Amino acid sequence: MSAAIEVQGATVRYGEVLALDDVSVSVRPGRVCGLLGMNGSGKSTLFKTVLGLATPDRGRVRVLGMKSAAARRKGLLGYVPQSEQVDWAFPVRVRDVVMMGRYGHMGHRRRPRPDDREAVEHALARTDLTDLADRQIGALSGGQRKRAFVARAIAQGADVLLLDEPFAGVDKRSEATITDLLLQLRRAGHTLLVSTHDLSQVPALCDEALLLQGRVIAHGPPEQVLEPDVLLEAFGVPTSKGATWTR
Amino acid sequence: MDTVTALVEWFTVPMQFEFVQRALLVSVVAGLVCAVLSCWMTLVGWSLMGDAVSHAVLPGVVLSYMLGLPFALGALVFGAGSVALIGVVNRTSRVKEDAVIGVVFTALFALGLVLVSRVPSQTDLSHILFGNVLGVSDTDILQVLVLAAVVLAVVWYKHRDLTMYAFDPVHAHAIGVNPRLLETLLLGLLAVTVVVALQAVGIVLVVAMVIIPGATAYLLTDRFERMLLIAMAVSVTASVSGVFTSFHLNVSTGGCIVLAQAALFTVAYLFSPRQGVLWRGRTARALRNRA
Repeated sequence: MSAAIEVQGATVRYGEVLALDDVSVSVRPGRVCGLLGMNGSGKSTLFKTVLGLATPDRGRVRVLGMKSAAARRKGLLGYVPQSEQVDWAFPVRVRDVVMMGRYGHMGHRRRPRPDDREAVEHALARTDLTDLADRQIGALSGGQRKRAFVARAIAQGADVLLLDEPFAGVDKRSEATITDLLLQLRRAGHTLLVSTHDLSQVPALCDEALLLQGRVIAHGPPEQVLEPDVLLEAFGVPTSKGATWTR
Repeated sequence: MDTVTALVEWFTVPMQFEFVQRALLVSVVAGLVCAVLSCWMTLVGWSLMGDAVSHAVLPGVVLSYMLGLPFALGALVFGAGSVALIGVVNRTSRVKEDAVIGVVFTALFALGLVLVSRVPSQTDLSHILFGNVLGVSDTDILQVLVLAAVVLAVVWYKHRDLTMYAFDPVHAHAIGVNPRLLETLLLGLLAVTVVVALQAVGIVLVVAMVIIPGATAYLLTDRFERMLLIAMAVSVTASVSGVFTSFHLNVSTGGCIVLAQAALFTVAYLFSPRQGVLWRGRTARALRNRA
């Protein structure tokens, strides 16, 4: 069976800067992969590469066995943006945002049909946002905002979800709610690539973890990747073994 | 009763003149089209782009007069050309976009100034720069109506995609819709709208027409559909009151229209139920006093 997300030997440069150095990742369908690394470690670039927004100089990308562009056209790739990338004052309601997940299934005018509305209501219900659907998107709490974008990906019918820092700016209780929601998606067969620099949710959520620092430092079960020695290499703190983690 | 009569006459007397009727038609149509587009301009943050495109059309307008072509043709060529030029220089140099915009539009505007000084006297620079809506010709009106209809039709057809592009271009890309194409479409609509609006208020004030109505409406609502309606109401109100005020006071029509828009923006800025600075100040003071 082919991998849900497969990146082989991808090298991405921005001008002189080497953002990804020969990165290979393979995530099997129905698994949650945590993408760990510091700011500037290439997490966003890896997302852009899978989405087809960054073109690798070398290497290739496959999503569910097809080229990224083909997967996008079929609506198989869902993207949940970082909070900082969203204009929360934008005059759209939660329901409007979720409906945008359906646009790829509609005609040129993007006029919703009954099945589109049904998919939106279903996605709102699954993310527990039905009562908040008529609110302006910025009138939600941090955790609810994240769920609204997950709802958009559900309405879209995406099989592979890329989530950029879903736990940033979210309180502890909402973190657990989001983790539960993502685990439900996994049980339903979705594949998730979740970037985070909050390591606390990784053991509960992820089947595997990938530690990135321009190149792949480690990829494997979370408990292996979260070993102090391994983390030390990625976060590059010059200190004696394990000392940074006991502080 | 006298005040009512005076108020009615304030509107009816000017309407006896055909040139006022024509000015009103052009100003209202231009106001409507600009209002619609201004909602996306406000949300995408393209006010500088609006300024750039409007100034860059000057050489096109002058060349059209020289060659005896419809002014809209030259304006469109230079409006679209300036957008393309800005895009190319931005992508192929390290200079930041706002600087590129500054270079391109001033250069084209300067070219227009040089050209206009070589053109026989029937083209009046001040009319192009500051508008001459009281003297629009039949062909001018026809061009305005046709272009306005084109913009409104395209927006009606593509408004959901344009909003998706304004809100989240990465999502558009992720579902296989090319955000570059939507950006190009919006820029094209801007270029055409600028050409419509400069008949009403002239090149220098066009940017007001494509920003102020949307910005005003944005202060008053959290719903995009309402934002469109409010922007249209603001813009048409300003166009109508601007034309009549300029008639009675014998002052610049474009100036009056834009001043009326600015006045409406100021009212929204101060008194908007949720966003108004007066209320926000009062709420903050009340909270401080309670503390």
